[in-house]
Amino acid sequence: MRVGLFVTCLVDLLRPRIGFAALRLLEAAGADVVVPRTQTCCGQPGYNSGDKQAARALAHKLLDEFQDCDYLVAPSGSCAAMIRVHYPTLFADTDDAAAMSRLAARTYELTDFLVTIAGLQTVPGTFAGRITYHDSCSGLRELGVRKQPRTLIAKLPHVDLQEMHEAQTCCGFGGTFAVKYGDISARMAENKCAQITATGADAVVAGDLGCLLNIEGRLRREGSQKTRVLHIAELLAGETPEST
Amino acid sequence: MKLSSAQFKHTARKNLHDVRLQQALHRLQERFVGARAAALTDIDDLPRLRAAATEIRQHALTHLDVYLEQFERQVVASGGQVHWARDAAEVNRILLELAARYQVRKVAKSKSMVSEECGINEMLAANGIEVIETDLGEYILQLAREPPSHIVAPVVHKNKEDIADLFVRHHHRPRTTEIAELCREAREMLRPHFLSADMGISGANFLVAETGSALIVTNEGNGRLVTTLPRVHVAITGIEKVVPTLEDVSVLLRLLTRSATGQSITNYVSVLTGHKRASDLDGPEHFHVILVDNGRSQLLGTELEAMLRCIRCGACMNHCPVYQNIGGHAYGWVYPGPMGSVLTPNLVGLSEARDLPNASTFCGACAEVCPVSIPLPDLLRHLRVRQLEQGLRPRRERGSLRVWAWFAQHPRAYAWASRLAARLLRAVANRRGMIRRLPLAGGWTDGRDFPAPSGRTFRDLYARRTSS
Repeated sequence: MRVGLFVTCLVDLLRPRIGFAALRLLEAAGADVVVPRTQTCCGQPGYNSGDKQAARALAHKLLDEFQDCDYLVAPSGSCAAMIRVHYPTLFADTDDAAAMSRLAARTYELTDFLVTIAGLQTVPGTFAGRITYHDSCSGLRELGVRKQPRTLIAKLPHVDLQEMHEAQTCCGFGGTFAVKYGDISARMAENKCAQITATGADAVVAGDLGCLLNIEGRLRREGSQKTRVLHIAELLAGETPEST
Repeated sequence: MKLSSAQFKHTARKNLHDVRLQQALHRLQERFVGARAAALTDIDDLPRLRAAATEIRQHALTHLDVYLEQFERQVVASGGQVHWARDAAEVNRILLELAARYQVRKVAKSKSMVSEECGINEMLAANGIEVIETDLGEYILQLAREPPSHIVAPVVHKNKEDIADLFVRHHHRPRTTEIAELCREAREMLRPHFLSADMGISGANFLVAETGSALIVTNEGNGRLVTTLPRVHVAITGIEKVVPTLEDVSVLLRLLTRSATGQSITNYVSVLTGHKRASDLDGPEHFHVILVDNGRSQLLGTELEAMLRCIRCGACMNHCPVYQNIGGHAYGWVYPGPMGSVLTPNLVGLSEARDLPNASTFCGACAEVCPVSIPLPDLLRHLRVRQLEQGLRPRRERGSLRVWAWFAQHPRAYAWASRLAARLLRAVANRRGMIRRLPLAGGWTDGRDFPAPSGRTFRDLYARRTSS
């Protein structure tokens, strides 16, 4: 099973550890993992800013890079949804429609892949303590990722999952929204952080780095140093800040 | 209604710091979100009902000309008259002609968002005709001289203390904050107006083509009084509200009231057909319908057509985390929230409401609850495409987009640039690994830290790992 890891631009730049965690989990699931070297971005920033042309160019580039993979897996519901849901729309009624639909059909968000396709039984993570899980919007609503991360979390014997209120409410990240409408975005993050803190969790976990940056940035600005902010891949792989 | 969508950012910021408004918005969310979820548990097969509702609305739009003409024929057959209005000015001209024809001095109105679109109240008042809003929320807003901030609960931004103060000022009665007392007081004030109004103006939730009926869904009973007591009833609504049959309405109603207020049915569902007949005890002597286009027909056959399926339940705004935090007035026109962010730029002009399509995280909560499956984030995204095509985005934004697109398509340059960025961002972080202030990203760092990268990109670390 040849799996192409799409690292995502945020992970590449800001938190490489998540990429290595994803790699470790995919290998634990028995995948033969390749990481195409020329990969950059799925095109979502352009697509959501109204620039379809740039999005299409990046879709073509990504299609070439992952052509020979049985699956494409990304540690992000948002990027996976861009490819799985939006690429076919972008290329509807063009000569590339079929190729893009085939790429879309073999693209998965990491936890979805590990549960639905790979049937991963044991996870290497060693975290002990209480966590709470934030459902990132794109993964949740566009890909139906809700049970998959929880199924995997349940395999960690020393983790107690305490659900927060409104786990499915947006944290306020929204890509460029967080900069363009900073005060609305920060208020949404503030509301999210209040729900996180109310659970008394040692760590908040989510499947998208964008949300995590937003949540961590807000927690730290509020002076809260205690709650750790982890990507689901880091939690499951045991690649957390003090383990590396 | 006065357009102020251009002040979106300013009003939003002000509203974020308005404690009373925040409390009111919190109450709205608590009440409507929970009530909707509870009410929908009655429905055995929600996806199927939703698909049926979507299909009914879409079918009506696909054959809009046919059903509107059928509707007109049925209205005429029941003794009424249909007027076609291209825009707000035509609505107002038709209304004034009717007012003159029937010697109208006083108008009683039930709730109608289309009438807000057209600025009917101001126009009638300017022509010496007294207008009384009779929906409790709209009545309060008329006293306060404020626009609605929600399409179902127009006065949601006020609390009972605000309303008590307003009533004292206008009614000169002892102050009370008891809700039942406030309602009684409003009822006593309104009753004489119902009896003395010459014309009643209503909106319509649906127009039924097979019967020529205007259908309204209300809770207060004022809609019945407005449409039956005055000599003349005028229903004003958008052309997209037509559906083929009463059977269709029964499907849509099951979703409309549950989605809007969490009720399995509203207190009143009024099917208004024609004028008073010889055997009727009451009813208007004259029945008129004004069908308003005002920009709607431009959406037909475009990527945005699905927006016309909207049945105005307000669920999208009730569930929108942006609306929940900034309230309806920030959107600056009649329709707030996600549906307003699609409609407003289309009805008033894309350049007049530049923020609205952009002020969304695309979280998708709106599309998830929409009873007629309108893909609201996709429609907002399409408006962003149009904004970019028409040069309506700021120069700096367009410039950054071009720079990003170039680098993302050139992997070697991209690797170099991200390596540099990772180091620079690391260098400006504090000892906890947080960046407190970032030039050009003040929107982020005003309210949050930015977690700094570790200093090396995945690409570089992976290359090192695989080569060793």
